[in-house]
Amino acid sequence: MSSIGSDAASDFIAATPDALWPRVRRALPIAALLAAAFVGAPAVGDDYWFNAILIPFLIMALAGLGLNLLMGYAGQASLGTGAFMATGAYATYNLMLRLPELPLPASLALGGVIAGAVAVVVGLPSLRIKGFYLIATTLAAQFLLEWTFNQYGWFSNYSTSSSISAPRLVFLGYDLSSPVARYLLTLTTATVVTLVAARLVRSQTGRIWTAIRDMDTAAAVIGVPVARGKLTAFFAGGFICGVAGALWAFAYLGTVDARSFDLDRSFQAMFIIIIGGMGSIAGSFIGAAFVVLLPILLSRVAGAAFGGAVDAGQLENLQNVVFGALIIVFLIKEPQGLAALLARLGRRLSSPSRR
Amino acid sequence: MDFFLETLVGGLLAGVMYALVAIGFVLIYKASGVFNFAQGSMVLCAALTFVTLRDKGLDFWSAGLVTLVVMVALGVAIERVVLRPLVNQPQITLFMATLGLSFVIEGVAQILMGASVHELDLGVVDVPVEVGPIQISQFDLVAAGVAGALVIGLSIFFSATRIGVSLRAIADDPQAALSIGIRLQTLWRIVWGVAGFVALVAGLLWGARQGVQFSLTFVVLKALPVLLIGGFTSIAGAIVGGLIVGAADSLAEIYIGPLLGGSVSTWFAYVLAVVFLLIRPAGLFGERAIERV
Repeated sequence: MSSIGSDAASDFIAATPDALWPRVRRALPIAALLAAAFVGAPAVGDDYWFNAILIPFLIMALAGLGLNLLMGYAGQASLGTGAFMATGAYATYNLMLRLPELPLPASLALGGVIAGAVAVVVGLPSLRIKGFYLIATTLAAQFLLEWTFNQYGWFSNYSTSSSISAPRLVFLGYDLSSPVARYLLTLTTATVVTLVAARLVRSQTGRIWTAIRDMDTAAAVIGVPVARGKLTAFFAGGFICGVAGALWAFAYLGTVDARSFDLDRSFQAMFIIIIGGMGSIAGSFIGAAFVVLLPILLSRVAGAAFGGAVDAGQLENLQNVVFGALIIVFLIKEPQGLAALLARLGRRLSSPSRR
Repeated sequence: MDFFLETLVGGLLAGVMYALVAIGFVLIYKASGVFNFAQGSMVLCAALTFVTLRDKGLDFWSAGLVTLVVMVALGVAIERVVLRPLVNQPQITLFMATLGLSFVIEGVAQILMGASVHELDLGVVDVPVEVGPIQISQFDLVAAGVAGALVIGLSIFFSATRIGVSLRAIADDPQAALSIGIRLQTLWRIVWGVAGFVALVAGLLWGARQGVQFSLTFVVLKALPVLLIGGFTSIAGAIVGGLIVGAADSLAEIYIGPLLGGSVSTWFAYVLAVVFLLIRPAGLFGERAIERV
């Protein structure tokens, strides 16, 4: 998308003092959002909000962000998100178990690195295989990794049940097991990762990714390092999905369970970026909010409409129908997703005279 | 040795069943470049409709006929509502649209017809038949026969009829086909209708084998490695790929599974397909796309 290039260009111009104000003004809404998330939400939110809405929202936004770097920016379609998340979760679990002296952030980051390394291996065929054929190789990874974590006891420390309870989250002596603390841990991680990702997509690496996405043959012809670009995209995407997976296990579920990272999770991440916006960082968050909130909303509405006596199976069917239909509507009407829709709306509101 | 042969033949026959689903994909991909992820939901939808009609007291043939009408109507509706607005979009967009479609079809089918497991009896007795030294399931033989007949029929349809020739022209070059007056949208409708018919046959055979239930949609995931090995554009490839996947799957289950300490059937076909792809990136029979800058 050309908007990424022009954003980067305006950043460059903004280095002169004259043009500093637009840049500050652009950062203001983000600063306000962060302030609300870090200060406002803990002050007013209750445990239900943290456990059922905010924590899963932030984590799925991270997973969507990881897939968005890989698929939305670098154009490498993947259905292996669940597998990368599982890798991050199991890697972090084993790091905490076997190297308890490591501080929590280091375990999380290392878990992400391991997931990224696995993603690079999964991405190796992308140097030779394209399009649908590539989706299939990521599917191979999805099935193989899910099976591996279930099959070999070492990963779950020979626990007898397939889901293992996560160790307590402790950082600098503070116990992070309360909902607010888990929320703040998730929020901090999400903020750091998102800021780095936002810089990354505007860096040279990010431009290599978009060149590959737009047409990798042409990119190769003009000397863009395609192989390196694809593999860095797989690493970055795998890393973020891995961190998201670790948070899903430790901050959200409290258990490590390969079944919570199945193919449906991969589909969910893909829906997040389609609905939110491919190639948009804000889109990952908007899409995740949508995907997390819609089921809750639907069950409330159905509960109110049918007097609380709704069959859970039927509700899930209804949910699937709504999601599927929304995907189709978005692809037809707004392929850039909710992010583009909101941006257009914002522009229209801020400059009504020009219309 | 007999045991090996028995496993091999059983696998090959199962492979024909995979090929049956894969052919539905190939038909649509060839004609419109859409990788139709909803094929599995169409299989489920066909089987569910048939079983529901049978439960309502219709006899075998009229239930089959009504289901056929429903499936063809579904295929035509999909073409009209989902794919026509998305014409000229990148293939990945079309794929994601069919992904959304599969959620809609599965959801609606289960809301209307329930999610419980139904028995489906096609009147084929499943007794093992002795062929030389080995035993073969009679049901598998019948299923393979039906699938084989379908493949031969489709091949003739594609090579000998006027519609088939037009379809090949579209697959080859849509612009040129349009310019000589081939009606693209009519043909797409026909293809989606035929895909609905193939889904019906696959739904009946698979449904009779493992019961009509949600897991029928997973045959899509079994058919994918078949397509990868055979190539997305070749009916012959779907058959050969199906046979390879079927045979490799059941042999791996017997001979490799115990070495790794568990069932390998969820992933073995995929890993095999990736190995094939690394050697031939567009499958055994697929057309290698030439890219121009």
